[in-house]
Amino acid sequence: MADLSANFIGIKSPNPFWLASAPPTDKKYNVERAFEAGWGGVVWKTLGSEGPPIVNVSGPRYGAIWGADRRLLGLNNIELITDRPLEVNLQEIKEVKRKWKDRALVISLMVPCDEESWKDILKRIEDTEADGVELNFGCPHGMAERGMGSAVGQVPEYIEMVTRWVKQYSRMPCIVKLTPNITSILPPAMAANRGGADAVSLINTIKSITNVDLDAFSPFPMIDGKGSHGGYCGPAVKPIALNMVAEIARHEDTRGLPISGIGGVTTWRDAAEFMALGAGNVQVCTAAMTYGFKIVQEMISGLSEYLDQKQMSLNDLIGRAVPNFVEWQHLNLNYVTKAVINQDDCIKCGRCYAACEDTSHQAIAMSEDRTFTVKDDECVACNLCVNVCPVDNCITMKTLPLGGLDERTGRKVGTFADWTTHPNNPSAHAAE
Amino acid sequence: MTNSPLTPGIVSGRLPAAAYAKNFGDHDPALDGHEARVAADRCYFCHDAPCITACPTDIDIPLFIRQIATGTPDAAAQTIWNQNILGGMCARVCPTETLCEQACVREAAEGKPVEIGRLQRFATDHAMAKGKQPFTRAKATGKRVAVVGAGPAGLACAHRLAVHGHDVVVLERRAKAGGLNEYGIASYKAAGGFAAREVDWLLKIGGIEVRTGVELGRDVTLDQLKAGYDAVFLGVGLAGVNALRAAGEDLDGVRNAVDFIAELRQSEDLSKLSIGRDVVVIGGGMTAVDAAVQSKLLGAENVTIVYRRGQEKMSASGYEQDHAVQAGVRIIHNAAPVRVVGSSKAEAVEFAYTEDAPGGLKLSSETFTLKADQVFKAIGQTLTSAPGGLAVEGGKLAGHSGKVWVGGDCAAGGEDLTVNAVAGGRDAAEAIHTILKGG
Repeated sequence: MADLSANFIGIKSPNPFWLASAPPTDKKYNVERAFEAGWGGVVWKTLGSEGPPIVNVSGPRYGAIWGADRRLLGLNNIELITDRPLEVNLQEIKEVKRKWKDRALVISLMVPCDEESWKDILKRIEDTEADGVELNFGCPHGMAERGMGSAVGQVPEYIEMVTRWVKQYSRMPCIVKLTPNITSILPPAMAANRGGADAVSLINTIKSITNVDLDAFSPFPMIDGKGSHGGYCGPAVKPIALNMVAEIARHEDTRGLPISGIGGVTTWRDAAEFMALGAGNVQVCTAAMTYGFKIVQEMISGLSEYLDQKQMSLNDLIGRAVPNFVEWQHLNLNYVTKAVINQDDCIKCGRCYAACEDTSHQAIAMSEDRTFTVKDDECVACNLCVNVCPVDNCITMKTLPLGGLDERTGRKVGTFADWTTHPNNPSAHAAE
Repeated sequence: MTNSPLTPGIVSGRLPAAAYAKNFGDHDPALDGHEARVAADRCYFCHDAPCITACPTDIDIPLFIRQIATGTPDAAAQTIWNQNILGGMCARVCPTETLCEQACVREAAEGKPVEIGRLQRFATDHAMAKGKQPFTRAKATGKRVAVVGAGPAGLACAHRLAVHGHDVVVLERRAKAGGLNEYGIASYKAAGGFAAREVDWLLKIGGIEVRTGVELGRDVTLDQLKAGYDAVFLGVGLAGVNALRAAGEDLDGVRNAVDFIAELRQSEDLSKLSIGRDVVVIGGGMTAVDAAVQSKLLGAENVTIVYRRGQEKMSASGYEQDHAVQAGVRIIHNAAPVRVVGSSKAEAVEFAYTEDAPGGLKLSSETFTLKADQVFKAIGQTLTSAPGGLAVEGGKLAGHSGKVWVGGDCAAGGEDLTVNAVAGGRDAAEAIHTILKGG
């Protein structure tokens, strides 16, 4: 079994699977159950300033979208930060950390955007012996209306300022949690970096309405006939999260800044993908909320088996795909593939045909007896047929060899050439 | 009553009173809402779906399943009824395992097709529960059509004609409309009086007058109908029954399976229906299975189906055969009856094993005898006669001629299935409509 023990900005954990700051990490009871199940670490649900506790709605907090068989694909929530008294949380954090010394325990924080508030809360958590803090600049609902959460995360100057205060008043490792509700993830990440953050974590949830109640005509989750946007997470947001993680990982100003990857991690494979794109570890919430804490056991065995197969260490995996994450203009325009349908695996549903014929390039032929074949002289290799086929690996893309004939263009496959040198590119001409 | 399955002879009340309702209840219970959603989710919404091609009535199956999956079962039912007005009954009696579900790509993929039949029942039951006839009639055309036979073919024909605005008179020789749906299929396939409910619901379209107890050839001639109506549709079914042509066939206790099933279907109290202790059913089709299984359900101790050819030749589907075996029916293949043994009534049947020889089926010298106080003949139905001298082809009515159209089991072509009868009736109605609107 591969060694999965992780060291993320000096915080050690037996595996890179942490639970994200969210309802599953709200209190000692849940967190201990998570540790018993095998989770490497938790980020405790966000604490606020001392004072009257946060009030949550008493109607539905979650909305969702589902795939086939009601598989939960996306979840949104309108729950606020912890609604338990600060003292109770601090006491429990201390108890848990003492009992579970090998696990990572990071405290998520969200207080008003002034120096005193941050100074005060950092002092309050000092003797919990927690391993670090995560600054919640992410939550897009509720708290943002009060100038916290994503209201901070959307202003790079605030991120930098608060991060500086935290580094000034605490010796704890500091992770800045970023909101995806921005046009580019880079300025917030750069701001955190400038402010001295030890790491960033992303993504927090995405502003969303999951559905509309068509009887009450209200967005959902619906509270007494009204709905507010919530924060979206779960498998559906993974592609957005992967891109944002990768952008930070490859940009010259943020390259090397440790990243804790968050967003729809459901299986070991998702975790491996985040890590390949630069995440040092991952945080999970929706998968645990859907299936319970036990899923971490599959993540552990799966990642371990994968690393063994690849004969890689965990550190070898981190960032391994980042150099291959390039801009479109650097993609090889002389790389030619064609779809191939494996007739033995084909169940003759015809979805590839419908997709190609109705919506794409008319490159699949259908015979009287429902045999589906690719027309190489029409196939642009878009991969849509692969994606709509219900049988995994029934349709694959074959790569034409160098010098091979592309029947669609009538041209032979050439050596690497991208847009930067393409004759149709005005900039390429200008450079000549 | 102290009778039991062991009581000799043909007697009633072999089972405790409560057993009858249980035995003759819904064999394949309806899906509930959750089950239907889960089942519907499995449909891939295939392009030019093979299940549609496999359906004799061409129901747009992927569309209706998608309508169930998106929470609109009434729209799903409409999709079904657009093609097959007896979609509710077909959902119950179609041998889906040899039609739509055999063609389902998930049968190819995983050996587990989408449960099309049960989903069709879910949708049609849901919409029928509202009691509303989903079609409205076109403006009255003033044309009148006679439909002979109120079975699936006749009803489908009458409904479609009524939709097009024609007035229809349906003549039915039996006391009730429904045909084999009402008289000829196993009770547990259409429990709760479904056949009659479906007829009542169908007739709500209006413009259809059903006259029962009227038989073509006895009470009215084809020439009279041709003279009195703008068009005639014959869906008279197959009223004749093949004979065993074995000695002892006339002994008491030997009976046509279709008559037994009809009596059972019309019985108000199944505990009063007599059944033998040792029942032998001769035949290999759906009727044989329906008779055998229901004999068992009435409390017969031993029920055996004997079929003269191999298992692969049985016209009862694999699903039906499994159902019979699970019900405790024994199936013997490759044996043909030589004689029914008995002095005044049947006591046993002697069979000879058969061999498929080049010249046809040959009896071997090897014989065996099965105890039998009751023998059901289920070796096929035939057309009794061709009304009005209509052309016959392969023992069935050849097809459209002048003002007369034919459909259902009495018409040539296709298997004798409810769904084929519906298709035949519907298509004849469209053909008649084309002619009538032109004239």
